[in-house]
Amino acid sequence: MATFVDRYPEEASVVKATLVVSFLSLGIGALFGLVQALHRTGYLRILDSVDYYTVLTGHGVLLALVFTIFFLMGLFTWAVVQSLERPLPDIRLSWAWVGLTTTGAVFAAVAILAGLVPSIDMSADVLYTFYAPLMGHPLFYIGLAMFIVGTWLAGADWFLAYRDWRGDNPDERIPLQTFMVLTTMLMWYLATLGVAVSTVFFLIPWSFGWVETVNPLLTRTLFWFFGHPVVYFWLMPAYMLWYTVLPKLAGGRLFSDPLARVVFVLFLLLSTPVGIHHQYLDPGIAEGFKFIAMTNTMFLLLPSLLTAFTVVASIEHGARQRGGEGYIKWLGALPWRDPAFTGMALAGAMFAAGGFSGMINAGMNINYLIHNTLWVPGHFHLTVGTAVALTMMAGSYWLVPQLTGKRLYSRPIGLLQVVLWFVGMVLMSNAMHRGGLAGIPRRTAEPQYQNFEFSTMLGSVEEIQAGIALGGTLLFVSAVLFLFNILLSSIEDPIENPVDDSLPAPLSGASGSPVVLDNLRLWTAIAVVLVILAYTLPLAGIVGDAGVWGDVPGVPVWVSGNLDAALAALPEVIA
Amino acid sequence: MEIHAYEKFWLAAALLLIVGFIATVSYGAVGAGVEMIDDDGGTVDPQALDEHPKFSDPGVYQSGPNEYDVYVVAQQFAFRPGTAEPIEVPADSTVTFHVTSADVIHGFEVVGTNGNTMAIPGQVATFTVEVGGPKEYGILCNEYCGSAHHAMEGTMNVVPQDEFNGTKGGA
Repeated sequence: MATFVDRYPEEASVVKATLVVSFLSLGIGALFGLVQALHRTGYLRILDSVDYYTVLTGHGVLLALVFTIFFLMGLFTWAVVQSLERPLPDIRLSWAWVGLTTTGAVFAAVAILAGLVPSIDMSADVLYTFYAPLMGHPLFYIGLAMFIVGTWLAGADWFLAYRDWRGDNPDERIPLQTFMVLTTMLMWYLATLGVAVSTVFFLIPWSFGWVETVNPLLTRTLFWFFGHPVVYFWLMPAYMLWYTVLPKLAGGRLFSDPLARVVFVLFLLLSTPVGIHHQYLDPGIAEGFKFIAMTNTMFLLLPSLLTAFTVVASIEHGARQRGGEGYIKWLGALPWRDPAFTGMALAGAMFAAGGFSGMINAGMNINYLIHNTLWVPGHFHLTVGTAVALTMMAGSYWLVPQLTGKRLYSRPIGLLQVVLWFVGMVLMSNAMHRGGLAGIPRRTAEPQYQNFEFSTMLGSVEEIQAGIALGGTLLFVSAVLFLFNILLSSIEDPIENPVDDSLPAPLSGASGSPVVLDNLRLWTAIAVVLVILAYTLPLAGIVGDAGVWGDVPGVPVWVSGNLDAALAALPEVIA
Repeated sequence: MEIHAYEKFWLAAALLLIVGFIATVSYGAVGAGVEMIDDDGGTVDPQALDEHPKFSDPGVYQSGPNEYDVYVVAQQFAFRPGTAEPIEVPADSTVTFHVTSADVIHGFEVVGTNGNTMAIPGQVATFTVEVGGPKEYGILCNEYCGSAHHAMEGTMNVVPQDEFNGTKGGA
């Protein structure tokens, strides 16, 4: 039987194009990660601390937005085509969104990387969150806007494919993978409204100087309107792989299709009205609104806890199909030599730890101790940095052969790679979590201060730094191994069956689930109502305080870019 | 829709956990009185801080018997007071911080405590703490605020009551 590339060669090319962009940014982003890990721990310093923030911005944008979302766009294209069993409606539309997102990503990357070249008067080291009134170069915001519109077009492509399929199959249940894509995209359309409004209406005109001032709390709130749901946008492709591919790799099948649908519907409903939980420490937002966001956030634990059950149950089923027995011993019957399986399983295990540190972030009062400390990157390197990134890399070992018709270059190297990622992340995130408890801040080039020292509860600051530096180095080595393995795979000769690409039907199929689960209009309407309830009053309060256009002028990052001048001016400022 | 018995049990346990978390946070707010950063600090014109009755001369102001207000302005790349001169408050007193920013978004973190807030231009963050015995605390900016962000630090000295000099620190 032919594989994906033989059945849908044009769609395979689209997916390959997005994966190439994804993996390129993974390479650059990982290199930046290594530079940071060694710089802020003092082990190796190849640049000024001023340039650290350029590298940090590049790391955040290239990994959290470009690597993850380009992979998602490829994976979702593959999933829609193969689960609907039909090609995309118009391949020109597909290439249009590939072109638009890629151009946008390149614009943003150029604006950021130019910060490393003093002779170019351009900089965007405003970090991944680009909080106004720190002002980046207009090209950065324009690139972001193009990228977002590109993802909207990609979603339109998948919805059009679904509409064509629905026309031919009026009474069938939506295939599970397509259902996952559609619910995720509905969530994305809703969530990106915040960042699109912020970028297009406020930041672009402001960075060009067409409007003078900005309302920092408004753009910050609009950012987090998008900035938390985007977390689920990263996570949903990983969930799709855990639900539909991991059980098969384990030797079995998905435990329950209906519950998988419930989980994705819950993410659609609850992802967006939670962003204010990133603003627990913001003045200008009443405590009651923060409490609503906290409650929604806590209920958002539910779909992840359900996923933990279903995925583990499905893996156990697979192990028992392979002859596994006993309460615990069945674990030994799993295909641990398969890098695709092992990578995803380790990613899932790390997600459990990341989920628990996230519950602490979500607790309004405990959050005060760890807000903006090193704890926070410790947390999201477990979630997006491992649950998502490692699942995507592991999934590639199974997915890429279907797209190229070529076998994976080396399974043992793949296995070493996923284990290295796991070990590196255990070292690094453990150190980061403990550093955060000691009060060490995130996002800083020099976490040692002249007038005080941090006191740790366990171990020492030096040992925490060693954990970060060693962990970061292992992660970089792992990323390099991944990229070489994929690169060498792509120059193999095509073979007949590079990988078993069949997906077995779930144990409990869709037919047993209520038809209302497939009613996307209903779920979208409820999601919109929840967002309106969570955001109308806080946004009205923020606009009431300082107006839509605000009263704070911009502070271009490249003007304050000279550390010596800034520090020399300090005594005057203080006097 | 068929739900397995173990799935039902797991679902119930998950909901119980979630409700439990919400209950502990609610208890922290209502029972234990953990104060949240709220909107009660009000707003301020960030371009006219020098016309503000307190932020024009930020520092420590006595507001009652054993109660103090501390006004702090964060700006690239210093706290006023805090950086050039320490914030000085007497031991065993009630201190209310009022923190704002003169330019970009900063953080204000008293290291090792939950004294932690964002300083957003135009907004005043207000929080009250019960200060204990004499001790020296570090203060740092924990939100990226520009190229010398890592140099933005300060100190807060809690001094014995009889050593506290009310005229120090701005007021």
